[in-house]
Amino acid sequence: MRKLSTRRRHPLAGLVVLLTGLVIMGGLWATVAPEPATAETVTSRDVEAGRLLFEIGCASCHGTNAEGIGTQRGNVYGPTLIGVGAAAVDFQVGTGRMPLAQTAPQAPRKDVEYSPEEIRQLSAFVASLAPGPAIPGEEYTDFEKASISDIREGGEIFRTNCTACHNSVGAGGAMPGGKYAPDIRDVTAKHLAEAMIIGPQQMPVFSDEVITPEDKRNVIAYVKALNSEPEYGGIGGGGLGPVVDGMFTWIIGIGGLAGFAIWIGAHGARVKKR
Amino acid sequence: MSDEIAKHEPIGDPGLAEHQYRPQDVDDAQARRTERQISAMFLIAAALFVAFCVIYVTVDANETFLGWSAQNFGFGFTLGTALLLIGVGIIQWAKKLMGDHEIVELRHPAKSSDEDRTEVLADINAGIEESGIGRRPMIRNSLLTALGALGLPTIFMLRDLGPLPFGQRVTVWKKGMRVVNDVSGRPLKPADLQVGQLVNAEPAVFFEEDEEGHRLYEGAELLAAKGKAAVIVVRMRPEAVRPSQGRENWGIDGILCYSKICTHVGCPISLWEQQTHHLLCPCHQSTFDLADNGKAIFGPALRSLPQLPLALDDEGYLIAVSDFPEIVGPSYPELARDQKKLDKSS
Repeated sequence: MRKLSTRRRHPLAGLVVLLTGLVIMGGLWATVAPEPATAETVTSRDVEAGRLLFEIGCASCHGTNAEGIGTQRGNVYGPTLIGVGAAAVDFQVGTGRMPLAQTAPQAPRKDVEYSPEEIRQLSAFVASLAPGPAIPGEEYTDFEKASISDIREGGEIFRTNCTACHNSVGAGGAMPGGKYAPDIRDVTAKHLAEAMIIGPQQMPVFSDEVITPEDKRNVIAYVKALNSEPEYGGIGGGGLGPVVDGMFTWIIGIGGLAGFAIWIGAHGARVKKR
Repeated sequence: MSDEIAKHEPIGDPGLAEHQYRPQDVDDAQARRTERQISAMFLIAAALFVAFCVIYVTVDANETFLGWSAQNFGFGFTLGTALLLIGVGIIQWAKKLMGDHEIVELRHPAKSSDEDRTEVLADINAGIEESGIGRRPMIRNSLLTALGALGLPTIFMLRDLGPLPFGQRVTVWKKGMRVVNDVSGRPLKPADLQVGQLVNAEPAVFFEEDEEGHRLYEGAELLAAKGKAAVIVVRMRPEAVRPSQGRENWGIDGILCYSKICTHVGCPISLWEQQTHHLLCPCHQSTFDLADNGKAIFGPALRSLPQLPLALDDEGYLIAVSDFPEIVGPSYPELARDQKKLDKSS
């Protein structure tokens, strides 16, 4: 003890005391502090709250036990949600597709009706019915960590699997019977990953065994990188391809030339006398 | 002549209107102002051309302006505006300052004078006479033969537009070849595929290497082979699949494999709707029902999408049972004949 007190005026003594204090406080905080609430931590209270929300907002089509409702003709009025997992609920409700406003060829993306907390509870309820895909974690969505070669690889996967419907920059495209592949350029990474996992509506499933979580992250990184790049070719015209180019050529290009021709041929100002 | 017409017209020829002058013709100050305006346009154009060169040197290729490449925007703006100003200046010059005469030009008959006509005809007849084309039929006929034979190379080159030789109709698929994921080359197990899954797949041979580590297929050869062998693998609920006779064992628990090449004009198709099981071709909207043997149900394609029979190898991976039993790719006039050959050889 005496040894310690003799060193109390050492130039570094203040620093040592400060560091010791910080380490003790940090250690205490780590053990005592409450864990931050995440989507993965689900309590039975969440499930119960989700069930109540479900019975108010979803049961009229999906059935009180999410078993689905069929029509008399044998068609599906509302599909069963048993086994669709939390990812499907988080995608459909989180992008505003559900609750459906009306029956139509396709459920469109619209304003979100439920709060993030309510979506979490609904997801928890549906996930409690049967095992299904969970809400994708960081290994899918952390696209900012992707390297250039990851993005390049994501581009190859995107062009092979996604561009057929969603267009080469993700601007979307038409499908038969009034359906369409939506524009995916401003969709969050989490919802992009969920769409690939669950295959919502007419979109096919791209399972983790075939397109791995890393592949999915790279695809997301590619879409995000592609659409944050400056437009080197000038006005992109919505990325919709030659139809837009043709429209600009006809209306602005040929229209402009016609305007000049009219100007050249116009009579111009005249005065009466010399 | 115009007097004659004028007699019969209900309203007499009013003649030319009195010439009206431009402000620049009357007012010297106005003319000088216009002159200055036009010169200013030309000088601004000159300055913009210089600005183009300055941008080339000073603006970095990575800089952006309003979300566009700053350099490209600068090039386009300076060059485009400068050329526009030169054009506008020239039009303005012609309209405001150049000579302003009204000219009347009457139409002339299109026919040449009689003496010109007789002279030309005499020249032609003299030429025919001197060439002796009537007197020396051998030269004439041999020349006609040569010109006729010139048509032969043209016709023979058209052969390239004709049907491919039958040997090029088959694909690289063969018995036991694994169906692998496109891009990654990973083989597929039935358990990897969920109901509603679509996999863009290729034959495993495209990812195989020889002893020296070179891919077996590369470059143009790879593209040509891929153009025929590319497939899509889909999984549906087994009860949704309605296989036609003889195709009952071509799938595995609702997993089916089809050619990715449209039977209309050969576009690659993978726009699959997992609930309707319809596959849409983006080029001309041909639609195929993959639950119903790839039957063409809409659009210009008339032939079903060829299906690749699947099986499992010892390790449980998806393999092809054989090459496509039907000819893949766009349909063509001799297809039925080639299909018969294919049936015979398999």
